[in-house]
Amino acid sequence: MSTFKQHSVLPGFNLALGFTLLYLSLIVLIPLSAAFIRTAELPWPQFWATVTSPRVLASYQLTFGASFAAALTNAAFGLLVAWVLVRYQFPGKRIVDALIDLPFALPTAVAGIALTALYAGNGWIGQFLEPLGIKVAFTPLGVYVALTFIGLPFVVRTVQPVLEDIETELEEAAAMLGANRLQTFLRIIFPTIFPALMTGFALAFARAIGEYGSVIFIAGNMPMISEITPLLIITKLEQYDYAGATAIAVVMLLISFVLLLIINLLQWWSRRRNALA
Amino acid sequence: MTTITLSHPIKIQQQTIITQEPAWVRWMLIGLALTFLALFLFVPLISVFYEALKKGVDVYFAAITEPDALAAIQLTLTAAAIAVPLNLVFGVAAAWAIAKFEFHGKNILITLIDLPFSVSPVVAGLIYVLVFGLQGWLGPWLIEHDLKIIFAVPGIVLATIFVTVPFIARELIPLMQAQGTEEEEAAVVLGASGWQTLWRITLPNIKWGLLYGIILCNARAMGEFGAVSVVSGHIRGNTNTLPLHVEILYNEYSYAASFAVASLLALLALITLAIKTFVESKVTPQKGKLSHEH
Repeated sequence: MSTFKQHSVLPGFNLALGFTLLYLSLIVLIPLSAAFIRTAELPWPQFWATVTSPRVLASYQLTFGASFAAALTNAAFGLLVAWVLVRYQFPGKRIVDALIDLPFALPTAVAGIALTALYAGNGWIGQFLEPLGIKVAFTPLGVYVALTFIGLPFVVRTVQPVLEDIETELEEAAAMLGANRLQTFLRIIFPTIFPALMTGFALAFARAIGEYGSVIFIAGNMPMISEITPLLIITKLEQYDYAGATAIAVVMLLISFVLLLIINLLQWWSRRRNALA
Repeated sequence: MTTITLSHPIKIQQQTIITQEPAWVRWMLIGLALTFLALFLFVPLISVFYEALKKGVDVYFAAITEPDALAAIQLTLTAAAIAVPLNLVFGVAAAWAIAKFEFHGKNILITLIDLPFSVSPVVAGLIYVLVFGLQGWLGPWLIEHDLKIIFAVPGIVLATIFVTVPFIARELIPLMQAQGTEEEEAAVVLGASGWQTLWRITLPNIKWGLLYGIILCNARAMGEFGAVSVVSGHIRGNTNTLPLHVEILYNEYSYAASFAVASLLALLALITLAIKTFVESKVTPQKGKLSHEH
């Protein structure tokens, strides 16, 4: 015990840690282990056939492709929004800053029906896109739109604090030495915020992979075309195919864990970079 | 005094010349950012209220006061009223152990607390079906004792707890780590008990972080869709939460009613953001900046 924990005069360690571990085990760890144990009961060939069937493969492709495109969009525009919020003054800035977190606070189902209404052929935005031959609602493009919405705050909120902390002395020095603003941005500012940008990208990507509520309304949910992986789990559950649903869930869990690991490494990199700067 | 007022504008002017973009670049970037935000954030938000009130105020109030809607409101409030306090106790306990003591495996514990954020909501619902469902580990035992968890209220509460586990803990851990242990140690040395120390020293110090965590936890608890959808069974007036009620009305093509119920949730989101902004203004940047959820 003495090697496990350093001595402290404060009481309550055993109670607090004991309760934390018990609660975490009952609510999170034991139920999560159920997915893995249930899948282990499944013969390997059957597991493999389930998670690599054409319809499931098509759903991975859509889920990963749309999530990647959405996270990339959020990286570009999230950086722009963070930059504008930190560096410039404009009317309504405080309200805009507060509303950035809307996708965190707004229930996903509400976001889903609102985006569907907007981007449908007769919607406020859809009516301008339809004549151009761009159909958003009920196509894979709709999945991309929904995932962009829910991932929007991540890049802004990871890049914003790093931008705020950048000392202007470096930029002033660069300017004195003859660099223009673009050079200063690319050579001085961008390398400083790059780890935070990557972290935000990874967070938005990880969130998009598992997203369900906002997507199912706008996607149209056609098998092989606009069906995301989480929806397939629901479909299998509704057909009482628990083994199939669990097998796909395990694949998703493994992907989530790998992403979590990558995010932790990125955050460690980001902290180290900021500590050195 | 005069030197301060004089030097200030000069410094700003210097910054403007060397480290700021020309005005046209600034306004172009602001315009581009606001256009993006308008398309993806502001217009969707406005459209919720527009669609809700499109058919008139009567339809709106009829939709949010019909019995099924009221039952959904009640269930949503019940689930949040159970999930938020439990996660609050968990958050304080976890933060006390992690922030006030040094022990091995701390980083693993922090990662485990964050785990529910990286699990798809649908998978979160599924794992409870695997434990408590008819074919689940505890299924036969539950039937024997005439208990129902899946497709019933307890399942909804459990799924809500799962998805909101990290919210309060992850606000409190960095805050309490930044505050250190000196004040608590002084209290204990002077003879205060552990509970007295917690109530009189620690909790007053972390009150804003606590409030911040609670409102974010509450917003997610009331708005959760995927996890609750899997375990609910969608029994109208019985196991329907507000977000599920929105879905049912929408799938029945009752768009105005669906958006009316959705507008209640959008209002909740706006109130959450308003309180969040207020709390952030209360916390000084030096005293541990409140982290953002992920």
